[in-house]
Amino acid sequence: MKAMLTAFAATAVIAIGADFILGQAGFSSQEQATGAAVRLDD
Amino acid sequence: MFRMLMALMLSLSFVTIAQAQEDAPAPDRSATGGAQTLEDILARQRGEEVDNSFRRSNIGDPDGAAGLANQLGTLGGASDPDLWRALRFGEAKITASNDGPAATTLIQDGGMRWLLFREGPLATYGGYLLGGTIVLLVLFFLIRGRIRIDGERTGRKIERFKAIERFGHWLLAGSFILLGITGLVSLFGRKVLIPAFGHEAFATVALLSKWVHNNVSWAFMVALIMIFVMWVIHNLPDRTDINWLLKGGGIFSKGHPPAKKFNAGQKLIFWSVIVLGTSISVSGLALLFPFEINLFAPTFAKLNNLGISAALGLGELPTALAPHEEMQLSQLWHAIVSFALMAIILAHIYIGSVGMEGAYDAMGTGQVEEQWAREHHSLWVDEVKAKETDTPQGATPAE
Repeated sequence: MKAMLTAFAATAVIAIGADFILGQAGFSSQEQATGAAVRLDD
Repeated sequence: MFRMLMALMLSLSFVTIAQAQEDAPAPDRSATGGAQTLEDILARQRGEEVDNSFRRSNIGDPDGAAGLANQLGTLGGASDPDLWRALRFGEAKITASNDGPAATTLIQDGGMRWLLFREGPLATYGGYLLGGTIVLLVLFFLIRGRIRIDGERTGRKIERFKAIERFGHWLLAGSFILLGITGLVSLFGRKVLIPAFGHEAFATVALLSKWVHNNVSWAFMVALIMIFVMWVIHNLPDRTDINWLLKGGGIFSKGHPPAKKFNAGQKLIFWSVIVLGTSISVSGLALLFPFEINLFAPTFAKLNNLGISAALGLGELPTALAPHEEMQLSQLWHAIVSFALMAIILAHIYIGSVGMEGAYDAMGTGQVEEQWAREHHSLWVDEVKAKETDTPQGATPAE
């Protein structure tokens, strides 16, 4: 049971971590699909 | 007398205005190539009278057109429909301010085929497959009932799976269930969930669902690698599998054919998970990083060259695919293989829980009843017992 709950917690950690890392590394759709002339956040 | 005076004054004022207009220099319209300027427009908006003579007669003079090679030249022998056709077939020279390989593909014709297949056969037969599997499992349960432990319980436990093995299993299982549900939410959203719950509710669910599906995928891939590394050695086919399969795993008979740590049925599940899971992961990665990984054009080329597509009656498969078509095919493949794996896993969940007494303990606590182990994995129990005899309890094995 402990292994199962640890695994479910790890799933959440991996998911949040993946979202954060890929976002930081510039893999968001916004950054991937826009050129330098596009300013979506401004 | 007064009237005459007024008439004289008025005529004098017109003369003065006309004189002023003649004296004013002609507006400089070089910046607009002779077309009206901002000043002309503003003057008209102020209600002033604008002399339109400079453009009144400028209504097209074929002889005065710029040369074909000139920047402002006419299309010459080409026409607007030609341009649309060039866009339609990806031949037009396009520059786009947004990035990515697909930015300059303005029109592709795979979209409708993809949409119709996704909403039609994929959703329909996929739904039948999952629904049919559940119906079969219920029927199996009603006919065969729970597979009980035949012999008397010993009260002794054997460690079947270590904590790390159970962790890997539940990492894979938990992520797969989340991915399965969120994948189905995406597939059946427009067709089933929006009509049932409305756009507002579905928008929230879809947003959450997409986030979960994209990010939990990494847990699935990590777990898939863990499971492969930990269990591949126990899942290589051997002679016991033939006997096990010939006896149908003992499902409908008394007694169980001997099996090692994993029986042939479990090996089939293992290799299904590894092969189909890898395929789902690869097509999923192609979808996670759109237009970066092209799987289908190279695969189609190989199938053509090896004559496989011809042998299957598919003819020559297309090897020049638009970036969007690669994504469409990846999505369909991703969903088809996922449906197959979901159906297999439904059966796995059944047999590991309600379908078989004592089976859940293997992944719950990791400790199974010795009698259960002897009935289902007799050769494995012998191995474990032999090891215990070799290594007396309390002795620390030499590292």
